[in-house]
Amino acid sequence: MKKEKKWPEAWHEVNVGAMVFEPCSAREYHTGSWKARRPVWDNTRCIKCGLCYIFCPEGCISQNEEGFFEADLNYCKGCGICAHECWPKAITMQEE
Amino acid sequence: MAKRVGMEVAIAAAEAVGMCNVDVAACYPITPQSHIAEHLSDIVADGRSDTEYITVESEHSAISAVMGASGTGARAYTATSSQGLMLMHEILPIVSAMRLPICIAVANRAVSGPLNILNDHSDIMPQRDAGWIVMFTENGQEAVDMSIQSFKIAEREDVMLPVAVNIDGFQLTHMVEPIEFPDQKDVNKFLPPARKPYATLHPDKVVTMGAFAMSDIFSEMMKAKNEVLKNSKKAILEVWDEWERMFGRRYRPIETHRTDDAEVLLVTMGSMGETAEIAVDEMRDKGVPVGLVKIRLWRPFPFEEFKDAVKKAKLLIVTDRAVSFGGPGGPVFSEIKSALYHEKNRPVICDYIIGLGGRDVAVSDFVTMMEQAIKDNEKDTIKEYEFYGVTE
Repeated sequence: MKKEKKWPEAWHEVNVGAMVFEPCSAREYHTGSWKARRPVWDNTRCIKCGLCYIFCPEGCISQNEEGFFEADLNYCKGCGICAHECWPKAITMQEE
Repeated sequence: MAKRVGMEVAIAAAEAVGMCNVDVAACYPITPQSHIAEHLSDIVADGRSDTEYITVESEHSAISAVMGASGTGARAYTATSSQGLMLMHEILPIVSAMRLPICIAVANRAVSGPLNILNDHSDIMPQRDAGWIVMFTENGQEAVDMSIQSFKIAEREDVMLPVAVNIDGFQLTHMVEPIEFPDQKDVNKFLPPARKPYATLHPDKVVTMGAFAMSDIFSEMMKAKNEVLKNSKKAILEVWDEWERMFGRRYRPIETHRTDDAEVLLVTMGSMGETAEIAVDEMRDKGVPVGLVKIRLWRPFPFEEFKDAVKKAKLLIVTDRAVSFGGPGGPVFSEIKSALYHEKNRPVICDYIIGLGGRDVAVSDFVTMMEQAIKDNEKDTIKEYEFYGVTE
């Protein structure tokens, strides 16, 4: 049996009007592919203030169990706002 | 046989729409479309159609309102002109991308500036690539017939695309013409009273329309949109065949007048076709073998039918009601030139840009154009394009 595709790939697989029939499926569309730089945390400098989490316009930064912060690179656009706002300079932007 | 009545064409177009069981209409009045907007509003106010008529503050809102309505499964209609269509421009490609079968009447009028309220095609031409089905009417009867047909074409399962019906401003909209209205019961037979939408916006069955797509799938979506528009010609022909069976009037993507054995063909689009017909007849009376080709369907462009209509021609005289500034002349001209590029026996093609901003083009003007082009062609001094009758 043909494996059902999650997303259309070929032009003739596109839904009529590019409609999406699965509610709340936007998060499954990974929109982080265009970033040119990614944030990298140096947790020895991080003071867990959460400014990166607050300022991330994409809402893709979350706190892990140890209290440090991470970006979900599936959605991170590489804007660098987190690194700019991080005053202990724990975040650097690295070329992809 | 229904009785013929004398009626202003804009009023008649609104009457036709009033027979189509439209669920939602939103029109912002603009000259020369105003009589369509006003009369449709009268029809609704008089209780002759249970259309929800939304009074909006702009054309951008009008097209957006009917787009939302169409998303819920409603049969939706709007009408505009010139600057109004330019204001709708942003939304037009979204409507076709979302496959929403909205119908619009465009009462063609010159686009500013300078400000000019009279007729030419400079308003619809910038919308050429919006992904809509675009057709032109030649007289009041066609404005009525094609307004009704447009809903049937747009809503077909194998189309689901918006349709623009162009009705030349003033030259048609403000003329009183004899119109034969179909009976309401026949319209109901031809056009089902309600749409069968592919999907509807409803909280119980969630659907996302107009979502986001990046470069990984965007090209595929554009190709899908292009394919459906190209394929819509088959459906359009079927609807026109059905119309002919029911109402006796025949519609084709390319109409011809005395083209058999014609070596010189004139090409028009819109209301000037009838004037050009008389000019062709006059030339024929003088023994000059000329004919007329009229383009009814502009998008999807009927390449096959057009090539067939001009295959024996030696000289093609195209007329354009708009300018492609800094480009190859008029938009119809460039379309036709590219359509015939690969043909083995290409005719000589020239373009006259005529009737801008309501400038009258009389029978004698068409005769002059044909005589001039024939003479220039014999002397091999033909110009690619020129503004006909412009004061030098």
